[in-house]
Amino acid sequence: MSKHGMRHAFLILLKRDLLLAVRNRGELVNPLLFYLIVATLFPLGVSPDPQTLATMAAGVLWIAALLATLLSLDNLFRSDFDDGSLELILLSPHPGVVLVLAKVLAHWLVTGMPLLVVTPLLAVLMAVPESARATLWLTLALGTPVLSLVGAIGVALTVGLRRGGALLSLLVLPLYVPVLIFGANAVGAAAAGLPVTGQLYMLGAFLVLALSLAPLATAAALRISID
Amino acid sequence: MTQAHEAPVQGSALEPILVVADLACFRGDRLLFRDLNFNLGAGRALQVRGPNGCGKTTLLRILCGLTEQESGNIHWCGRARARRDSDYLRDLRYIGHNDGVKLELTPRENLRVAMALEGGADEAALALALARLGLADFMDVACRTLSAGQRRRVGLARLTLGNARLWLLDEPFTALDNAATNAVRALIEEHLDGGGCAVLTSHQPLRIDAGKSASIDLGA
Repeated sequence: MSKHGMRHAFLILLKRDLLLAVRNRGELVNPLLFYLIVATLFPLGVSPDPQTLATMAAGVLWIAALLATLLSLDNLFRSDFDDGSLELILLSPHPGVVLVLAKVLAHWLVTGMPLLVVTPLLAVLMAVPESARATLWLTLALGTPVLSLVGAIGVALTVGLRRGGALLSLLVLPLYVPVLIFGANAVGAAAAGLPVTGQLYMLGAFLVLALSLAPLATAAALRISID
Repeated sequence: MTQAHEAPVQGSALEPILVVADLACFRGDRLLFRDLNFNLGAGRALQVRGPNGCGKTTLLRILCGLTEQESGNIHWCGRARARRDSDYLRDLRYIGHNDGVKLELTPRENLRVAMALEGGADEAALALALARLGLADFMDVACRTLSAGQRRRVGLARLTLGNARLWLLDEPFTALDNAATNAVRALIEEHLDGGGCAVLTSHQPLRIDAGKSASIDLGA
């Protein structure tokens, strides 16, 4: 059992969550719509002038991505908690870390990935300088998995509370700040023609750190929440 | 209201494989039970009885490791059980109040996921398991369209698969009609005859051979 059984459980759980997302289309589309709407409101609300937009584009897109992720986080464990699936997951002889990782990966594929797909479009809309567009996409590609991974810890801690929403934001948003700083800063640097490898390395380091530690913390937090 | 009766299963020639000693549990500040002792041999079932809120579900959750006990020990096959003991978990099948059935998925998909988490089962066995609980005609419709009793059966279909030796069943007969109740009872008997053991909560009389079952009353 073993390795093969573990991989099987990982894949089946991943497939299940993707299938659930497809069958609950509303949840699938919500974060994406939110991202699109927030990003399109800025030119209307602030100024359509490309120069003004360009200076704040990176920050706006990053904050929109961050809030879109936050909006979708609660789905990660809520329904499993309510219908008892979470107990099945935690009682599995397979390591909780692996199963949590499958769920977080599914969450990222359903919320983070679509954001990445529409980002090039929004970059044009927000007049991000051409030299910075690839960097914007790359920072989001490195950063959104961190948002899902770190967010999972917060959801796991608050899933047992009736009104965990506000607490979740308070817990998770401060942890998102470093990712936001390096992500938005890299785009600004790229627009100014400066090297961005430093920021990208930092984001990569955040991703590796989150990937190795967040599932452990999430599995432990779930065990506390379900007690 | 707190002292639970001690009810060792008597007359078993076999060594007990589940031994629970001096178990105590609080929920918040409220003492649910303490000094709870029982043991269970292979092929035996234990029915946990008691009024609502006396800690039956909590006892089962402690046995499966979802909830931590205040004090006391649980031994399985002569070994103290740690809370995250994967050998123990492999031997365990827990059916809770909420059976983890996803309404968006079909019974077949639900069972496939549940079995993958517990160790895997092939497709033919899945179909057979569902058929045994009278779901042959509903295997591929969304569980959302099924009745409460049918959903419960989807959760219970796990019982026919795998080779877990210890079954922990929380109100397994809730929402079931007569046919399904009998099917589940037959499953439990089969499991006991095969050398397994079961702890279950139920308000109904178990109607399992008295030689194979015992009961304890919580909060009496």
